[in-house]
Amino acid sequence: MSQEATVLFDAPGPRARARHRLLTAISAVLLLAVTVLLAWRFNDKGQFEAKLWNPFLKKDVWQHLILPGLWNTLKAALVASVLAIAFGIVFGLARLSDHRWVRVPAGIVVEFFRAIPLLILIFLVFFVPNKVSPVIAESPFGTFQRILVDNVFSIFGVEINAGVVTVPAFAAVVFGLVMYNGSVLAEVVRAGVNSIPRGQSEAAYSIGLRKNGVMRLVLLPQAVTVMMPAIVSQLVVLLKDTALGFIISYGELLQAGFKNVPPNFNNNLIQAGVVVGVIYIAINMSLSRVATWLEARSRRSRKTQAKTMGAGAGAPPPPGMAVTGQTTGDTGGII
Amino acid sequence: MPPGTVGMAPTRWNAMDDLFNFGPFFDNFDQILEGFWATVRLSAAAAVLSLIIGIVLVGFRVAPIPVLRNVGTVYVNILRNTPLTLILLMCSLGLNDILSLKFSNVSATSYYWWAVLGLSAYTGAFVCEALRSGINTVPLGQAEAARSIGLTFVQSLRMIILPQAFRAVIAPLGSIFIAMIKNTTVAAAASYAEIALIMKTLLDDPSFTSGAIPLFIGVAVGFMILTLPTGFFFGWLAKRMAVAR
Repeated sequence: MSQEATVLFDAPGPRARARHRLLTAISAVLLLAVTVLLAWRFNDKGQFEAKLWNPFLKKDVWQHLILPGLWNTLKAALVASVLAIAFGIVFGLARLSDHRWVRVPAGIVVEFFRAIPLLILIFLVFFVPNKVSPVIAESPFGTFQRILVDNVFSIFGVEINAGVVTVPAFAAVVFGLVMYNGSVLAEVVRAGVNSIPRGQSEAAYSIGLRKNGVMRLVLLPQAVTVMMPAIVSQLVVLLKDTALGFIISYGELLQAGFKNVPPNFNNNLIQAGVVVGVIYIAINMSLSRVATWLEARSRRSRKTQAKTMGAGAGAPPPPGMAVTGQTTGDTGGII
Repeated sequence: MPPGTVGMAPTRWNAMDDLFNFGPFFDNFDQILEGFWATVRLSAAAAVLSLIIGIVLVGFRVAPIPVLRNVGTVYVNILRNTPLTLILLMCSLGLNDILSLKFSNVSATSYYWWAVLGLSAYTGAFVCEALRSGINTVPLGQAEAARSIGLTFVQSLRMIILPQAFRAVIAPLGSIFIAMIKNTTVAAAASYAEIALIMKTLLDDPSFTSGAIPLFIGVAVGFMILTLPTGFFFGWLAKRMAVAR
């Protein structure tokens, strides 16, 4: 019970408390009614039957279907996180460059990849090389393409067969995640460095450091602390988005749990969805907990004067929306 | 992508004709426009519904009634941490097909409304959190001042608190709606024929050979046409409405 005053409600007196008790009872009854109705429907359609739920108590199902899927999800998320953070740092710093020829192209790349849906980016890498490569193979660039794929892209598992390039689903998912989340993180980095009070860089210049030293020794170490919560909450978004691999049949958790389990066990889609959902929620909530903890820790610390970017703040608003003096609040990364 | 083949006259190859041939793109232009129209319809319906869900939820989350507060918290935590793909699949395959909770007997209509509902339920959780942080930006002194000059609860809400709260969240709401427009593509998983599904179908078609890059460019430009003006509009509105403190 909130007994003290909030911005919306004054501290309740005896009559308000009685009213709250009444409303509590009414809302509890309504909640119960909704639950009962849903349970009724479940029962009607036989969704409580043990044969639908039991598969998730079997060791085999976990060992051969769900856990490999979970591993694929974590693998894609891990690889994409590392690359996205690298991408974010490089492009974030490039956008802060004093040279227009570095700043402008980096800005275009970042804004482009933030404006395109992630799924379209995944489709771009998964389908388009396959379509385009036979045409290139017949061109003067055919040999160049073969050498490029054999020597460079093969480390991502890309294959070339008689001039047709095949990109594995894993590489496509990781590419999409890196480009999108990397661009969002680039904005986080830029905002993080910009949020350091100007006195810091002025002081650094005045003791004789160069641009490189100012950034590396003074601004970045403080910016990392400031933007850590925002980075972690963007990683939650990244992990959630690995589920898009489902659409191009990458064998991640959703594919394993929701597509491969049900056909073997009386089409138990709802049950599979619940189990898979619980796994995702558990992982993401623990990651969010880390973000909140980091935020609380850097709010407490007095090592920097810059304001911590909230766990929920995520990146600053999309193109054309840079508004100063606005709280972004707890919106949980850019979804 | 290799640049044009200027100076390579002897070959019969021409990058403009083979890779950047917009012919197949315009041959299927009707279908692509239809896909974008479906995206727009889904976004528009989900924008309205997610705003409603978000407002109701934030009402729950700040209410002085513990049951409602808990319902709001649980809802937001579940929906925000589940992948949208799973939510949309549960809506279409689980609720519509298995529990046969249908909106209409026409299956396409029913899938459309489930896609709208799933997307709004997901986006609504984010809208709720944005609105809640907006309420938190209003200083307590504002409410105390309102009460001390004798305004009732409804009056202080209507005249003092909500106007300030709404104006503080315009920018975050804008970015949520832009993300929502981009997220409509995930409805491809729930077999709703919006632009991503059209794009996938076209790319899967073996006869659609040389138009792959133009198709991507077209879809990318289409999304920019949808998202950039939305961003500028909300940016303009947020600047105009900013609360001076």
